[in-house]
Amino acid sequence: MLKKRQFFPRQVVEAGGNRWDWALLPIVLALFVLLAYGSQQMVRPYQVGQTLPLSLEPYYLPYYLLRTTLRMFIALGASVVFSCVFAALTTKFRVAEKVLVPLLDILQSIPILGFLSITVTAFIALFPGNLLGVEFAAIFAIFTSQAWNMAFSAYQGFRTVPAELSEAAAVFQLSGWQRFWRLELPFAMPGLLWNMMMSMSGGWFFVVASEAISVSGQNIKLPGIGSYIAMAIEQQNLGAIGWAILTMLVGILMYDQLFFRPLLAWADKFRYEETGGDTAQESWLLTWLRRTDRTQQLVEMFGGLLERSIAMFRLQHDGTSIRARPQQSSLAPQRIWDAVIAAVVFYALWELGHFISTEVGWSEVLHVGVLGVYTLLRVILLLALAALIWVPVGVWIGMNPRWASRTQAVAQFLAAFPANLMFPVAVVLIVRFHLNPDIWLSPLMILGTQWYLLFNVIAGASTVPTELRHAAQNFGLTGWLKWRRYLLPAIFPSFVTGAITATGGSWNASIVAEYVSWGPTTLQAHGLGSYIAEMTAAGDFPRIALGIGVMCIFVMSFNHFVWRRLYRMAESRLHF
Amino acid sequence: MTQAIVELKSVGKHFKSADGTARSVLEGVDFALHEGEIVALLGQSGSGKSTMLRIMAGLLQADSGQVLYRGMPLYGTARGIRMVFQSFALFPWLTVQKNVELGLEAQGMPAEERALRAEKVIDLIGLSGFEGALPRELSGGMRQRVGIARALVMEPEVLLMDEAFSALDVLTGERLREEILELWQSGQIPTKAILVVSHNIEEAVMMADRVLIFASDPGRVRAELPISLPQPRKAASPEVRALIDKVYELMTAGSSRKGLISEKEVKLQLGDRLPQADISHMEGILELLAEEPFSGRADLPQLAEETELTDAELLQVLNALILLGFAYLTDGDILLTVLGGEYVAANNAERQEIFGKQLLEHVPLVAYICHGLQQDRSGDLPEDLFLKLLRFTLNEEEAERALRVAIEWGRYGDLFEYNFNTGVIQLPKDDQPDD
Repeated sequence: MLKKRQFFPRQVVEAGGNRWDWALLPIVLALFVLLAYGSQQMVRPYQVGQTLPLSLEPYYLPYYLLRTTLRMFIALGASVVFSCVFAALTTKFRVAEKVLVPLLDILQSIPILGFLSITVTAFIALFPGNLLGVEFAAIFAIFTSQAWNMAFSAYQGFRTVPAELSEAAAVFQLSGWQRFWRLELPFAMPGLLWNMMMSMSGGWFFVVASEAISVSGQNIKLPGIGSYIAMAIEQQNLGAIGWAILTMLVGILMYDQLFFRPLLAWADKFRYEETGGDTAQESWLLTWLRRTDRTQQLVEMFGGLLERSIAMFRLQHDGTSIRARPQQSSLAPQRIWDAVIAAVVFYALWELGHFISTEVGWSEVLHVGVLGVYTLLRVILLLALAALIWVPVGVWIGMNPRWASRTQAVAQFLAAFPANLMFPVAVVLIVRFHLNPDIWLSPLMILGTQWYLLFNVIAGASTVPTELRHAAQNFGLTGWLKWRRYLLPAIFPSFVTGAITATGGSWNASIVAEYVSWGPTTLQAHGLGSYIAEMTAAGDFPRIALGIGVMCIFVMSFNHFVWRRLYRMAESRLHF
Repeated sequence: MTQAIVELKSVGKHFKSADGTARSVLEGVDFALHEGEIVALLGQSGSGKSTMLRIMAGLLQADSGQVLYRGMPLYGTARGIRMVFQSFALFPWLTVQKNVELGLEAQGMPAEERALRAEKVIDLIGLSGFEGALPRELSGGMRQRVGIARALVMEPEVLLMDEAFSALDVLTGERLREEILELWQSGQIPTKAILVVSHNIEEAVMMADRVLIFASDPGRVRAELPISLPQPRKAASPEVRALIDKVYELMTAGSSRKGLISEKEVKLQLGDRLPQADISHMEGILELLAEEPFSGRADLPQLAEETELTDAELLQVLNALILLGFAYLTDGDILLTVLGGEYVAANNAERQEIFGKQLLEHVPLVAYICHGLQQDRSGDLPEDLFLKLLRFTLNEEEAERALRVAIEWGRYGDLFEYNFNTGVIQLPKDDQPDD
C-alpha cells in the first residue's frame, strides 16, 4: 500500500481522502436513507384482504420505483447466490448433476405466472400478519424470471474451466473454497454478468404480474411500478401509463449507469481470451469509485475478508498424506442412484397419466396441443418477419463502424425496456379499428425480444474481418450472390445466438401478449399463452399445470431439434 | 547424484477404448529423479511423456506400479513438486504479483510475508516493474517468466517443466532457458532437481545431465543418454552437435513399433495411428532432399535446421515419407528412394497418381476406405463408421486425428472425396462403380 502511494501526486497522499470523497459522500448517505426507508416499508403489518394504499399521482412514482427496484435487486442477489451454489454443486457431484441440470432445463421453460400461482399462499402463510409474506411471494416470482439462465451460464462457466488452469490450481494446492474464488467464479463471471443483465430485463417484463398478484383468488397490489401500471390499466388511464413508461426509462437508465456499466467495466479483467480484441467497457462511475480513497478502503476491507477466508479454508494435507489417497470408486451407489431416478420417473409418468385422465381428460390435452401449434406458428412467423427487417438493417449498421457502437447501445437498451407497457396502446388500436386479435396481437410477442436479433446481427457484422470485406469488393460480389455467399454466412453464428434468445423470450411473452386487458375489455388470441393466462386468472390448477407442461415440451423440443443443431453447425464451420 | 527424490517403479497408465478394454499409454516405466540433476524427456508425440510428467506431479494417478516421493507414496500434488506449463496457465484476472503469490496464498501465508517472498523471486526472474500488470498485457516470454516465478516462489525441491519454452519464439525460448540454467548453476534457487519434457532435441541436449528417450505404443523408456558436458554449453560446439546427432539416431533407430519412424521396415496395421504430416511439408522436404547440398542424403539435424520445422513436426513428416516409400533411414541419415526421386521429377497430376498408388499399398486405413466405397452401391459412406472402427484401438482424439490424416491424404491421392458438411466420404465423381 505504502509503495503504491508514492506514485500519487503529493496533495492526494497527504490530504487523506481526496476531492472524489467529498462528492461521493452525500450520494452514499442518500442511498443509505433510501434503502432503509424502502426496506422498512416492506415489513409493515398486513392482513390478507386489506387493500394497500396506491395512487396514480405521478408524484408517487419515484417511491414506487424505489420499491420495485429494491425487490428486483433482492431477487437478483438471491439469483446470484443460487447460481453459484447450483454451479458448485453440479460440477463437484456427479449425482447432483444428473438430477439438477435437467430439472433446471424444465424450470427454465416454466412461465413465471405458474410459479406465482403455486407459491403465493404458502408465502403469505409463512409470515402471518405481515406484508413480508406477500413481498416474498413477489420477490420469488421475480427470482424465477431471473435465476435459471444465470444458473445455467454459471454451470457452463464452471464446466469449461480450461484444463491447464485447473491443473495449475491442483499443482499449487488450492482447496475447493480457494478454487471457487480464485478460478471458477472469475472464469464464469463474464457470462454470469451478461445473463444478469438479460435477467434484469426479464424481471421488468413480468413486473406487473409479480406485483399485482391476481392469482389463486388473491387480489393484492404491492406498492410498486407494476401495481401502478396494473391500476392504470384497470382505470384506463393512458396518461398514467405514459408516466410509468417515463419512470421506467429513468429506472433502466439509472441501473444501467450506476450498476451494470461499472460492473461490466470491472469484470473486463475476467475475460479469458489472452489477446484483448474486444474493446473494453467504460464506466464513469467505476473510474470515479476507483479514484476515491474511501471506497478503495471499503473494497480492501472486503478483499481482506475474502483473503482471510481463503487462508482459513486451505488444504490441510499434502500429496503424500494418507488423506490424499483416492477412494476406490465403486459403481454400486451410482447404480442405485440411477435406479432411484428411474423409479421416480416411472412413478411420475404413472401419476401424470392418472391425473390427466381424471382431472382434465385427453381431449383437453389434444386441444392444448393444438393451441401450442398456433403459438409455435406465431413465434416462427414473427421471427422470420423480424429477421427480414433487422438482418439487413443490422448488417448495414454493423458495417458502418461509426454507427455500430452507438446503435448497439440503443438496441441493448430497447431490449431491456419492458415492451408490455406498449400493450394497452395495441388494445386501444385493435378495438378502435375492429382488427382480428388472432393476427394483430401477435406482433406484441416479439416487440420486446426482436432487439436481441438486431444487436447480435450488428455485433456479428462488425466483426467480419476487413480482409474478407475487401475480397468481396475485389471480386465484385453484388446483389443476392453477395448475401448468399458472403454476408449471410458471415453473420450466421451471431444471428443464431440472437434468435435463440428472441424465441425463448417470445414464448414467455406469449402468456402476456395473447391475453391483454385494458379496463373492462380483454382481448384474446387463440394460443397456448392465452390458455395459460386465462386459467391462471381463473385459478384452475390442473389446467394451469397442463398448459405449462405442454409449453415446456414445445420449448424444449424446439430448442433441442432446431436451435441446438443450428448452433452446432454455426460453431463447427461458420466462424472466422 | 545419489539420493532419489521421486521414484517411479514399473508405472503404467491406461485408458478405456470403445470396446471397454484397456489400452496402455504408459507401461512399465522405471525412473528415479536424483538430487542435483536435470533430466530431459524426449519422444514423439503420443509417447506418454506428458502423462509421465503429470503422474510425477500428482495430477494423475498411476494405474499400476508405485510412485514414491522421498520414499513415501504420492497420492496427489505435493508441496515439494511444482510445475511450469506449456501455455503458461496464468490466471488472467490476477496481477503478476497475485499470480506469483497464488501457491503461498493457498497455504494461508500472511500477506506481508507473501509480498516479501514474491518480490524476491520477481526480482530474480527479471519481472520487477511488472508486479501490477495483468498477464494479457505481457508478451509470451514475460508470461512464462511469471509461470516460472510462480513455481519458484514455492521453493520446490522438484521443478517440472512441460514444454515450457515451446510456445515461445526461438530467441525468447533460448534466452529464458539460459536464465534458468544460470539460476540453477549459481544455486540461487533451492530447487534440487529439474525434469524437462521437450519436443526440441537441441534444448534437451543443452540443458540436461541425462536424456530419456521415450518409445510409443505403449509409452516406455527406450533409451537413456547421460550427458557429461560442462555447463554452459555452446550450441555450435562439435560435442553438442555430435550429441544432437546421436539423439536423432536414438530416436529413429532401435526396436520401434508400427507407425513410428525407424530404420526397420514395419507394416502398418488398420487401426494404427498415422503420422501427422502436412502434404505441403512432405513435398517440401522431398524437394529439399533432392536438391543441393543434400542430393539425396541428409543428416537429420542439418535437415531440421534447413526446414525450420520443430523436431516433432520434422519427425512426423519423415515418418510419413518413409511409410509411403519415398525415403528411408540409415545411420541417422535420411535417404531418398528411387520412387522419391521420380516423385520429385513428376508434374502435379503424376505426383497425385503416385501418391494415391503408394497410399493404397502402404496405408491400410486408406485402402480399407477405398475398398468399402467400391463395395457400396451408392459409392459413399459416413465417416462415423471408420471413426468407430478406429476407436477400438485409439482413443477419441487419436481416432479423429488418424481419420483426418487419412482423408487429407486420400483426397490428395484422388482416391476419394469428402464432404465436410455431411461428414460423408465418397468416390470421386468420374469413377462411380455404377457407370
